[in-house]
Amino acid sequence: MSTATTHDDHHDHGAPSGLMRWVTTTNHKDIGTLYLWFAFTMLLIGGAMAMVIRAELFQPGLQVVDPNFFNTMTTMHGLIMVFGAIMPGMVGLANWQIPLMIGAPDMALPRMNNWSFWILPFAGTMLLSTLFMEGGGPAFGWTFYAPLSTTFAPASTDFFIFAVHMLGFSSIMGAINIIATVLNMRAPGMTLMKMPLFVWTWFITAFLLIAVMPVLAGAVTMMLTDRNFGTSFFDAAGGGDPVLFQHVFWFFGHPEVYIMILPAFGVISEIIPTFARKKLFGYSSMVYATASIAFLSFIVYAHHMFTTGMPVAGELYFMYATILIAVPTAVKVFNWTATMWKGSMTFETPMLWAIAFVFLFTIGGFTGLMMGIAPADMQYHDTYFIVAHFHYVLVTGALFSIIAAFYYWAPKWTGHMVDERLGKIHFWWSVISVNVLFFPQHFIGLAGMPRRIPDYSLQFADWNMISSLGGFAFGLAQVFFIFVIIKTIRGGKAATPEVWEGAHGLEWTIPSPAPYHTFETAPEVK
Amino acid sequence: MFAKTLKGALYSLWGSVLLLGAGNSYAEYPINLTRGVTDISNKVFDLHMLIFWICVVACVIVFAVLIYSIFTHRKSKGAVAAEFHESTTVEIIWTTIPFLVLVAMAVPATTTLLALEDTRDADMSIQVTGYQWKWKYDYLDDDISFFSVLTTPREQIEGDAPKDDTYLMDVDNPIVVPINKKIRFLITSNDVIHSWWVPALGWKQDAVPGFINDAWTELTEPGTYRGKCAELCGKDHGFMPIVLVAKTQEDYDTWVGEQKAAAAAAADASTQTLTMDELMARGETAYNASCAACHQANGAGIPGVFPAMTGSAIVLGDVVAHIDIVVNGKEGTAMQAFGEQLSAVDIAAIITYERNGLGNSVGDLVQPADVVAAK
Repeated sequence: MSTATTHDDHHDHGAPSGLMRWVTTTNHKDIGTLYLWFAFTMLLIGGAMAMVIRAELFQPGLQVVDPNFFNTMTTMHGLIMVFGAIMPGMVGLANWQIPLMIGAPDMALPRMNNWSFWILPFAGTMLLSTLFMEGGGPAFGWTFYAPLSTTFAPASTDFFIFAVHMLGFSSIMGAINIIATVLNMRAPGMTLMKMPLFVWTWFITAFLLIAVMPVLAGAVTMMLTDRNFGTSFFDAAGGGDPVLFQHVFWFFGHPEVYIMILPAFGVISEIIPTFARKKLFGYSSMVYATASIAFLSFIVYAHHMFTTGMPVAGELYFMYATILIAVPTAVKVFNWTATMWKGSMTFETPMLWAIAFVFLFTIGGFTGLMMGIAPADMQYHDTYFIVAHFHYVLVTGALFSIIAAFYYWAPKWTGHMVDERLGKIHFWWSVISVNVLFFPQHFIGLAGMPRRIPDYSLQFADWNMISSLGGFAFGLAQVFFIFVIIKTIRGGKAATPEVWEGAHGLEWTIPSPAPYHTFETAPEVK
Repeated sequence: MFAKTLKGALYSLWGSVLLLGAGNSYAEYPINLTRGVTDISNKVFDLHMLIFWICVVACVIVFAVLIYSIFTHRKSKGAVAAEFHESTTVEIIWTTIPFLVLVAMAVPATTTLLALEDTRDADMSIQVTGYQWKWKYDYLDDDISFFSVLTTPREQIEGDAPKDDTYLMDVDNPIVVPINKKIRFLITSNDVIHSWWVPALGWKQDAVPGFINDAWTELTEPGTYRGKCAELCGKDHGFMPIVLVAKTQEDYDTWVGEQKAAAAAAADASTQTLTMDELMARGETAYNASCAACHQANGAGIPGVFPAMTGSAIVLGDVVAHIDIVVNGKEGTAMQAFGEQLSAVDIAAIITYERNGLGNSVGDLVQPADVVAAK
């Protein structure tokens, strides 16, 4: 019978062709690629919104957009970057790399993997479609505080709520898949404490996701019923409390920032040892520091709420707990430094991005510590100082790590080395412009400029103009990145299986590009 | 419009390049927190500088090691990688040191926070209420109450007139306080969450609808201190500044007397009868100040967000219902109860203007007495 013969070449087949390959795929590499393209598309859309924001803030007065649309832009920029660019970008890296790094043939739950990706484009489209609805899109900030997001919000808010639910489903399924893969699919001999740090950080992140995405779902569901079914969770007139919203939101929101940064720590902990040609310093303390940060992230959340009128005992507790996070974070920075110390370093593009990450994330970490000091935060809160802070940790932190990961693993994915000259142009262009963009925001924040305003008084004009110029240059640098990516996919110097001289780990034992199916026979880890 | 914007942008870009190059003193590059004018704001400032310098020192040490390593331990200089990859001693040391530094920072932070939050034994209380997009001040001890609204003209915001030095920082009625008195602020909101922030006082406090937060200050120098709403509160969040004027006790007492006289005069005015022309002229001004932010100066509203006045069923319908919605607001929407915000004369004028201007022509006119009756 013919079925027997077709079954015979099962193990030889490569990727199927055509559009249906991508729609029906259960292959972790295909799904990783889909996630990464989705994230990059969202980065460009969210980035375009940031350009609108910087254009309006280029000089005082209202020139480009009206205030309501400006608020829509800051809101959508935040939502798209967090839920559309950084999180899917990290999941894309996990999909590609976790099976390759632990010697697994695929993710543990490949069909669910397909579904968790394919929810995203629909959720993203629904979120973006609110921009074209009557009354405009969500204009209440990515933190959507009630009652601005309930009683006083446009009709499109219900679509935003549904989109957030769908994004949450996707994240939870992705997280379940990662935990199942890490616990069940490791190659023989790959004990937990032998796992590469990228796998460890994602493993811990997955637990954070499962713990807090349902909390976010709860927050938006309460919004939905407040808006449409007469409940008063967040309305004092009906016995509710607007500040309750902030408690629920930040119980999700604070672990969320670690969801975005822990995998970044993992990426950097892979790249630095490779180019320092030296083992990662303090592997086990890195694992424990990651776990401590994850635990602490649940018990510090109300440091976002020092000005809401918390009792002073609550403020003291959240201040102490918050500044404690500086300890494990400092341990990580010291470990990266000690890994580079007395190494034999070379500075290929991925290493440049990783080093920039260490420097700039440290700056973002220190401003975070400053804001943890409650009485000082009474001044810093809701100013451009915090805008500068979280862009240092999310742009030069999380985003830089994803870009570093591209330069590091792209040869494995595509079989082509990235053009070093173009990579370095992209790096220096980005790293200079991003500092011109965000560093002055520390100054205007301290000097008293609130965040989320479309117009400002004249003492902030000069720094805002400089910041905007940096912003346009940084935006353009990411357009240049498209060119680098496409050029690498289409050709370039052939990559060896090891790719980098100092690289260690299972992903470097397979050919470049990685075959469609890998580790069908589990490797032995000693 | 766009060409004008572009031209303006190019001019100011060129201007800023010139100023940067010449180090001209007209350019403003503020880089630090306001020291402020109260004991608390000075404590907050000193704490800020302390943690700032601790962070700078830590940053410099880490960066110095990193930079030394980057320039020394490179393969191109023949560096050979060392073998070490852990050291319990070193790791204990660099876990303990940051911890001790944090404890050292927590001590002054705790004392400052306790002082900042101690609102006991206040000499007087002022209630601050946030509205979309203005502030209301109620002097609980003196029975004075007024709204405080941005006075920067639309032309300056839209670039049709040169901007003042106090662009977006001026209001019609500043909050006035006496010096050398401990003043307790009771802060709340009428609609969404706002945040009352005057940097010179050293703190901000959220205004939460349905709840009252408190904060305090004690000023020692007469002067004018400016601040802004710090919590996103909707479309005109950027346009609700705070101006606080501190006066000596004698000047403050004079001011209190003037406020009471003005309130009595406004009550008298509500008995007068005005002509159509008077009402329309006053109505246009008052409408643009209090209504145009949402319903727009031409009455077109913003579709899906704020209803249009032109052709509105309420405006064209029964005058009693029209007066009611303006005076008492509409529950669960951004439409506020203007009965307590504006004088009866202004409300009568606004309603007359809405019914006979903005493309409508109902023909009737509303007198202040009609508004008083609806309150």
